[in-house]
Amino acid sequence: MMADMLLEVRGVTKRFGGFTALENVDFVVRPGERVGLIGPNGSGKSTLVNCIAGTLRNEEGSIRFEGEEICGHAAHRRIRMGLARSFQIPKPFASMTVLDNLCVPLLYAARRHERLAPGRIVEEALRILGQVGLAGRARAMSGGLTQVDMRKLELARAMAAKPKLLISDEAMAGLSASEVDDVLALLSGLKEQGVAVIMIEHVMRAVMKFSERIAVLVAGRKIADGDPQSVVGNAEVVRAYLGE
Amino acid sequence: MSNKIFAAVTIAVALVLAAVTQLIPNEYFFSAAYTVLLFVILATAWNILGGYTGYVNFGSAAFFAIGAYTTVFLYNAFKAPLAVGIVAGTLVAGLAGLGLGYLTLRLRGVFFAIASLALAVVLYIFVVNWDYVGGARGAYVIQPREIPFGLPRYIHLIYAVQLVMAAFALVVARAIEKSTLGRGLAAIRDDELAAECSGVPTLKLKIFSTMASCALMGMAGTTFPYYLSYIEPSSAFSLSYAVNSIAMPLIGGMMSWMGPLIGAVLLGSVQQLVQVTVSSAWNLLIVGVLLVLFVTLAPNGIMGWVDAWRRRKGR
Repeated sequence: MMADMLLEVRGVTKRFGGFTALENVDFVVRPGERVGLIGPNGSGKSTLVNCIAGTLRNEEGSIRFEGEEICGHAAHRRIRMGLARSFQIPKPFASMTVLDNLCVPLLYAARRHERLAPGRIVEEALRILGQVGLAGRARAMSGGLTQVDMRKLELARAMAAKPKLLISDEAMAGLSASEVDDVLALLSGLKEQGVAVIMIEHVMRAVMKFSERIAVLVAGRKIADGDPQSVVGNAEVVRAYLGE
Repeated sequence: MSNKIFAAVTIAVALVLAAVTQLIPNEYFFSAAYTVLLFVILATAWNILGGYTGYVNFGSAAFFAIGAYTTVFLYNAFKAPLAVGIVAGTLVAGLAGLGLGYLTLRLRGVFFAIASLALAVVLYIFVVNWDYVGGARGAYVIQPREIPFGLPRYIHLIYAVQLVMAAFALVVARAIEKSTLGRGLAAIRDDELAAECSGVPTLKLKIFSTMASCALMGMAGTTFPYYLSYIEPSSAFSLSYAVNSIAMPLIGGMMSWMGPLIGAVLLGSVQQLVQVTVSSAWNLLIVGVLLVLFVTLAPNGIMGWVDAWRRRKGR
């Protein structure tokens, strides 16, 4: 049972002082699965992502990746195991070119398990930039990109780590309808490569179209988890979003 | 250019330069050049942590002094020759850097800077009260009577040694900059969290970078007791080392190994010139004025300015 799961979050609790951001959350992802994670602002979605990715430490509960307990692992070890995330607020390496931004995860994370020859790093970076539509900006300084391009770069950098699970934290906020479709196609394409994706998103159209399963967080608790149609029909979810 | 070729060329240039300049009849040249070279090493070393990694070290003087006082200690204990002092001083300063890194690198930005400054103060007080190395009185280190290579005075030798050590520091800095390690350090400088989430082992890299930086600073100090034959804490821990080792990379440019070299040669030479023509008290004032000028006019230093010009031309 356990080995079937790519990611297995059990009973995770995270407190900030007296405030409980996550309370006893269970959450699983199977290999290659596309999961939507939704919830109102402040419901704990990003906190959960941070606990999974290792940028925050959960006080209680266990997080397993491919059956291995990763709670004690630093973030860089988790990404080397194949657990990549993009940031909600883009964090480009501003003094580097767009191409060099991708070389960092290629050199430090992907090379470990992909056995990339050093000479192929740039080639691979350019291929990924082509996928996200940034090939033309490869030599531009990443600090000077537009917000939209920075979001694409954020996603490309996560992809460059060659993950088995990619967590996309609001990659589509502020994108136009056609750009949302581009990113959706991109993320869906990852499934063919066997990459599982957790998509955190407010753009409901995208979440519904993309997800095979949706989990809903409200005030730090998971209130629903299932196929998209049944989740949006769930009375508790409707109440959380629209009120009584 | 590969690291090996660069190393061979740089060390060869340093050796040739050291040999050819021995013909200069003016004794003062060696003393002034020694000081400039000392700053080349300090600035290059500081830049490994400050420029490449983005952690501002205000405690440069402490590591410089660790190198200098290791020489004094070994001289007092075993009459150890200069070469032994150089190796030992570099290692001890590197170890101190490892300690500083391990204890403080979880601190970010200004907090790290304050911690490094605090370390300098603690070490200063320690040395002032350590009688074996002279305490507050200072200590004498007698220059050996026999000078190798038939050089006329000891300062000629110290100068040549410092020149080769400066070349070594540049080789190390460039090798770090061009390596995978250098890319990881740059990622840390730009955004530490994003670096960690891109697989960069940030703590390990920061500790390595602190160690390398501090070891080279210590190396710069190992020849210092022989330079004046006398050393006391307030000159070894002088504020001017801390200030200059920050100002020189800032003025030269912090992104590449060339920046600190240019900054140190420029600022160091101007200071030496002013010292003999105007007054020695004007030194730090000049550093201050130049710093203000560069921060406003060329915030990325001379190299940054050159890079921007190149990019404009390339378009």
